[in-house]
Amino acid sequence: MSLLGVEELDCRYGLLQAVRGVSFDVAQGEIVALIGANGAGKTTLLRAVAGAHRPHTGRVTFDGADVTRLPAHRRVSLGIALVPEGRRLFPTLTVEENLKVAAASNRRGRWNVQAVLDAFPLLQARRKVRAANLSGGEQQAVAIGRALMSNPRLLLLDEVSLGLAPVVVEAVYRSLTDVIKEGVTVLLVEQDLTRALRVAGRVICMLEGRVVLEGEARLLDRDRVVAAYFGLRRPAAGGASA
Amino acid sequence: MTLVNAIVQGIFLGAFYAVLACGLSIMFGVMRIINLAHGDVAVLGAYLTFVVVERTGQSAFVAFAIALPVMLVLGYILQITVLERSLKAGILTPLLATFGLSIVIQNLLLIAFSPDVRSLGGSAGAFTTASWHVTSELSISAFGVLVLVVAVIVFGALQLFLSYTRAGWAMRATAEDPDAAELVGIDSRSVYARATALAVGIAALGGLFLGIRSAFDPVSGPTQLIFAFEAVVIGGMGSLWGTLLGGIALGLAQTLGAQLHPQFSVLAGHLLFLAVLMARFGGARLTLRLAR
Amino acid sequence: MRVQRWTRTSLLFTGGTGVVALALASVPLVFDPDVVQKLTNLLILVILAAMWNALAGYGGLLSVGQQAFIGIGAYGTVFFAGLGVSPYVAMLLAMVLAGAVSVPISFFALRLRAAQFAIGMWVIAEVASILVRLDKNLGAGTGISLIQMNQYAPNFRQAYTFWMALGFAVLFLAALFFLLRSPLGASLQAIRDDEDAARSLGVRVASRKRLLFVLAGFGCGAAGVLVVANTLFIEPGSAFSVQWSAYMIFMVLVGGLGTFEGPILGAILLFAIQTIFTQGGPWYLVGLGATAALFALLVPRGLWGAIEERLGLRLMPVGYRVVSTEKTEVSA
Repeated sequence: MSLLGVEELDCRYGLLQAVRGVSFDVAQGEIVALIGANGAGKTTLLRAVAGAHRPHTGRVTFDGADVTRLPAHRRVSLGIALVPEGRRLFPTLTVEENLKVAAASNRRGRWNVQAVLDAFPLLQARRKVRAANLSGGEQQAVAIGRALMSNPRLLLLDEVSLGLAPVVVEAVYRSLTDVIKEGVTVLLVEQDLTRALRVAGRVICMLEGRVVLEGEARLLDRDRVVAAYFGLRRPAAGGASA
Repeated sequence: MTLVNAIVQGIFLGAFYAVLACGLSIMFGVMRIINLAHGDVAVLGAYLTFVVVERTGQSAFVAFAIALPVMLVLGYILQITVLERSLKAGILTPLLATFGLSIVIQNLLLIAFSPDVRSLGGSAGAFTTASWHVTSELSISAFGVLVLVVAVIVFGALQLFLSYTRAGWAMRATAEDPDAAELVGIDSRSVYARATALAVGIAALGGLFLGIRSAFDPVSGPTQLIFAFEAVVIGGMGSLWGTLLGGIALGLAQTLGAQLHPQFSVLAGHLLFLAVLMARFGGARLTLRLAR
Repeated sequence: MRVQRWTRTSLLFTGGTGVVALALASVPLVFDPDVVQKLTNLLILVILAAMWNALAGYGGLLSVGQQAFIGIGAYGTVFFAGLGVSPYVAMLLAMVLAGAVSVPISFFALRLRAAQFAIGMWVIAEVASILVRLDKNLGAGTGISLIQMNQYAPNFRQAYTFWMALGFAVLFLAALFFLLRSPLGASLQAIRDDEDAARSLGVRVASRKRLLFVLAGFGCGAAGVLVVANTLFIEPGSAFSVQWSAYMIFMVLVGGLGTFEGPILGAILLFAIQTIFTQGGPWYLVGLGATAALFALLVPRGLWGAIEERLGLRLMPVGYRVVSTEKTEVSA
């Protein structure tokens, strides 16, 4: 059963087309990785799904309903939550306040402040610290926790590993995997190919706004992925599957 | 007037300016908009209170309580018609649109009420003219104390709201990063509407105090705006308690200026404002240039 | 491909403006002093609109305090005339004074951001107003007359004032015109479109803005000079009134912010409205304010901007057109 549907999505910044005619589905419980070089349109696509970017044409459906025109804060109540690129915490709010302010949508579920602190133990001691004074890894943990506070059905993660030391990324992904095991559907953008292929069940590769490769992670040949990533030997438009 | 008396009067005057400035500071802090019609909104509040007083014969304070909800509705209308649109356009648009609005309000008031000067002092109760004569040269007015106490309460309540309530955190979050706020489920439109409601309501309170402590006419708005803006700038734009201190600093400058020469009071405030601006933005580099 | 500055339309029109200017010069010889006085007012509005547009439309500087220079021009005239200088010479001196004063002010004001600049200029105007009020020699709060003008017969006085106004209008419009056509003009466009990008290309943003600010200082000073020359009486409440800013904002927003022709259109419009609604009072001001606000929100490029877009029309050659050899045109 498809939870998220993206149909012929076209996103622009003024005259610049960032996403061109992208279509794909994400089934309930799936973990899909969006990969591609910088400027491929991955972040724009995630933001369009989350409601932070109004697409030029195309549709976004969630659980069967058309949400294309729905503002971001309403999509949170439906169960879509984005962990934005660069964390984007509220600097003068503490860890706890950052988490609590994100619970506005009143969605039921197992996530609350304590649950988040349990999932990310490094935050236990930093509960009352202002977000501006946190380390990169701590900020990333809060950012993920903040998205979880709305008990989402679809979790969108944008470049969780960006700017973090490998050890920290490891820790973040470990906590993330535990979270994912509980059944939330995930669509994540990840620059680290190896990690993306390891975490995800399915992989979609984008280049210059288009989908150029799509398939199950374990069935995809790594060389083929790299070729698609960099645009060598472009396949026919519409993407090829494994 | 002795120096001590001038200082006391300055603090009371400053508390009044702080109340006037509070709403301007909120709107700037949350929406990055300077509402050039802010003074006129305060005067509008004074007129509304005045109308209720005339119609019902109640005291000015009771009348204010009745007029306040009307002001909040007007504030909501202001938000969805003018301010929301301005937010999406450039930096200059809010200034231009609110400037036009200022002229509209002033002239509508002129049409509705004639250019006559009005006051709320008569209906505010005897205690607003009472004062304690501490010494032969120092007297502390009851109304001055009231305004100071109310100012501290208003700023304190706002601080508590922003620090300890979810709606307050949502407002701070939206002020710091409206995009990220939307992504965590905060409806930025309603946060802005709330901020405008607060700003308009507190401005109306400023109008009440204006009407009691002196008088007002349809074109009093711009003067109040300038004082409010000066208070905000002197205290540091974006700082809530700074606005309270800035207001008091402005009040002190004016009363102390008056000590030098009766016509210097407003001028002293202007000069303090310009000096603070210069120190913050021009000072260091200018003196370096001159020194070369 | 070649870059074309003059099109046939703009050539015709620029020639036309020369003819118009000459025709205007004959106004005092044809019309009554009343009409001449009114048309002098129109010219004052044209100058003010052009100057405010120079600041906001080309420099991105929104000032609500240009009345400071209007007042300095007006009171400067009274001051110099009072020293015994011939009135019309006093007027030129007063204009120069206004421009000169704008230079040190610019070093301070131009560092301020949007709202602080806007209101900061307003406060400076208020300070000037208060300082004048304190000076008995300048009539303090009640105002002062330019009695030295009584040496001229009313007809001549009105004519000389009109010609001076025409001269100033042509001077400042021409100055703006050549400024915009010069490389300076292109850099001003760049600054307006994206200040940081322009700075990174080496455009000296600060000095460009200063140039506009000082030009506006001279221009608004000239307007103030003309105001007192036209009405022979000035008082601080009206000389330094923020009402002037309201008029300037209306003219430029409605006429067309950032266009050359727009402010002139806006001035003509305001003049027409003022002439029609002489007893309008507050209602006409409500209309002005509401219109300005509506234009700010809904029609940001003003009437002329809309016309330009619709018709692709550029009457004054201040832009560039890239004409390709295949007859497709893109204009900038």
